[in-house]
Amino acid sequence: MEAWGAAVAAALSVWFALVLGLILLPSVVGLSLGISELYMTVLVKTLEWATRRIEKGVKKQQARMLKDSASNGIIQRVDTTMEKEIASLHRADFELSDIFYFCREGFEAIVEDEVTQRFSSEELVSWNLLTRTNINFQYISLRLTIVWVIGVLVRYCLLLPLRLTLATIGIHSMIVGTTLVGCLPNGSIKDWLSELVHLTSSRILVRALSGTIHYHNKENKPQKGGICVANHTSPIDVIILTNDGCYAMVGQTHGGLMGVIQRATVKACPHVWFERSEVKDRHLVMKRLKEHVADKNKLPILIFPEGTCINNTSVMMFKKGSFEIGGTIYPVAIKYDPQFGDAFWNSSKYNAVSYLLRLMTSWAIVCNVWYLPPMVREEGEDAVQFANRVKSAIALQGGLTELPWDGGLKRAKVKETFKEEQQKNYSKMIVGNGSSGNLSSGTEPD
Amino acid sequence: MGSRASTLLRDEEIEEIKKETGFSHSQITRLYSRFTSLDKGENGTLSREDFQRIPELAINPLGDRIINAFFPEGEDQVNFRGFMRTLAHFRPIEDNEKSKDQNGPEPLNSRSNKLHFAFRLYDLDKDDKISRDELLQVLRMMVGVNISDEQLGSIADRTIQEADQDGDSAISFAEFVKAFQYL
Repeated sequence: MEAWGAAVAAALSVWFALVLGLILLPSVVGLSLGISELYMTVLVKTLEWATRRIEKGVKKQQARMLKDSASNGIIQRVDTTMEKEIASLHRADFELSDIFYFCREGFEAIVEDEVTQRFSSEELVSWNLLTRTNINFQYISLRLTIVWVIGVLVRYCLLLPLRLTLATIGIHSMIVGTTLVGCLPNGSIKDWLSELVHLTSSRILVRALSGTIHYHNKENKPQKGGICVANHTSPIDVIILTNDGCYAMVGQTHGGLMGVIQRATVKACPHVWFERSEVKDRHLVMKRLKEHVADKNKLPILIFPEGTCINNTSVMMFKKGSFEIGGTIYPVAIKYDPQFGDAFWNSSKYNAVSYLLRLMTSWAIVCNVWYLPPMVREEGEDAVQFANRVKSAIALQGGLTELPWDGGLKRAKVKETFKEEQQKNYSKMIVGNGSSGNLSSGTEPD
Repeated sequence: MGSRASTLLRDEEIEEIKKETGFSHSQITRLYSRFTSLDKGENGTLSREDFQRIPELAINPLGDRIINAFFPEGEDQVNFRGFMRTLAHFRPIEDNEKSKDQNGPEPLNSRSNKLHFAFRLYDLDKDDKISRDELLQVLRMMVGVNISDEQLGSIADRTIQEADQDGDSAISFAEFVKAFQYL
């Protein structure tokens, strides 16, 4: 018994020593020892092999099946506007056949619409050996199954404990570190230490997810006194960005562990946390943010204008509030590679704990972060237009589809005004009122 | 390691739907995924609210009528078979179908069945005639508040006048079909 106890203790201490030496210490200074890179290379090769096996296996079985499931669209859309469609049929009067345009649009929306698909995870083109992404892929060969089993063992028995350890260490270090730093008097030493603590904890947390992040255009990194704006896919977006720089967070105060972290971090560095009651008061929120931005010594604020998590295939409407604060906007585009792990949090399907578990049992989180050149609101441009301009820039850089729809549609019903707009446009056509209205669906009628 | 979506839908069922609607195997499994993702209550049927949750459908002026077409008379839930049957009306005609045999039952997406579907969108009380009132109702849905009652009335009158051939001031299915001859 004692020999057992001693052996376990020895194994644990070796384990912790390795973790300390290979992961924690390099995090402090921001070094990388190349272990993750090695893991990623092995992983990529394995997945490529798996894809080839699947394709070969499928050719033997049902040739068409894989091709059809790979095509992510089931309907061939004819991209015309209402005007072109109906105008091409005849001219300025009502015809019984007009109903077919609306019918077709309706059916297309039922089969596949642009909005609801953004609130569930992106479908993969080829399987990445995780059961959770297995929708249409069938049994192929014994070798593939063996690789899959090995994958399960590696992920659950090796990576998961490691990642949990790192995550715990990371969160603890953040809380303890920021509390300690918070005890110091305000000054440049405090700022420097606060930065160090934040960066180290972020780096540890990123390693806890096996994150491989590629930063592009670092010369455009957000500066002090500015506002950093990014597309939102998951709460870990924050960690991805703070891995490379320090930001002042904006958000609502929570209870529980989040609340503890919030209270600790705000001692070290001026994050902006709002009470629940304050959030409803838009003017108060604006005032505090404006004050923060006006102080050029304060860190850039980090805001996600979509307001909710979207599945990283598109960018939805940016709420204009963030763009009314003033100051320079530093847009950032974040694009995850879904092949290695799905970062999107479908909050209606998974709660926080199951989401984190899924993250920690994926292969890795791989993403690209592009820092875009700073933007300011131009003369004669209102907040909505500015928001759309920034949104287009981010969508273009990240290779995401740009949608005018509000992310809030995840939970709320669509406003009646959009239907009224369609009705107005149609009326103009059949009464032949001359100039056709602009089909600008999606502008915020606030 | 089997596929999750189609294990919930048995192969025999897929075959039956294939025969009835003409959709291919993979199209049926895809549409089944779509059906289950719309089915928030997870009880195997869709209600009108499930359809209303699709923003692009909710803003369609004829959205409610189209949704109605999925539900059989007096019912509030539609199952997958009913869903597919209605969708089949708008399935594009494949090339290899054009020269099908004339003796089999007419496919759901034939021109005549499509026209029948459109006719039923107008004909609310299902008396096989589109009356002036029914036409006015649909027109009102499509134009909202932007056209006055009188103007809308005259549009309806003109349409009926043009299509009506037996002088009963209503449009029967045969007259409806004739009006589409030029499309």
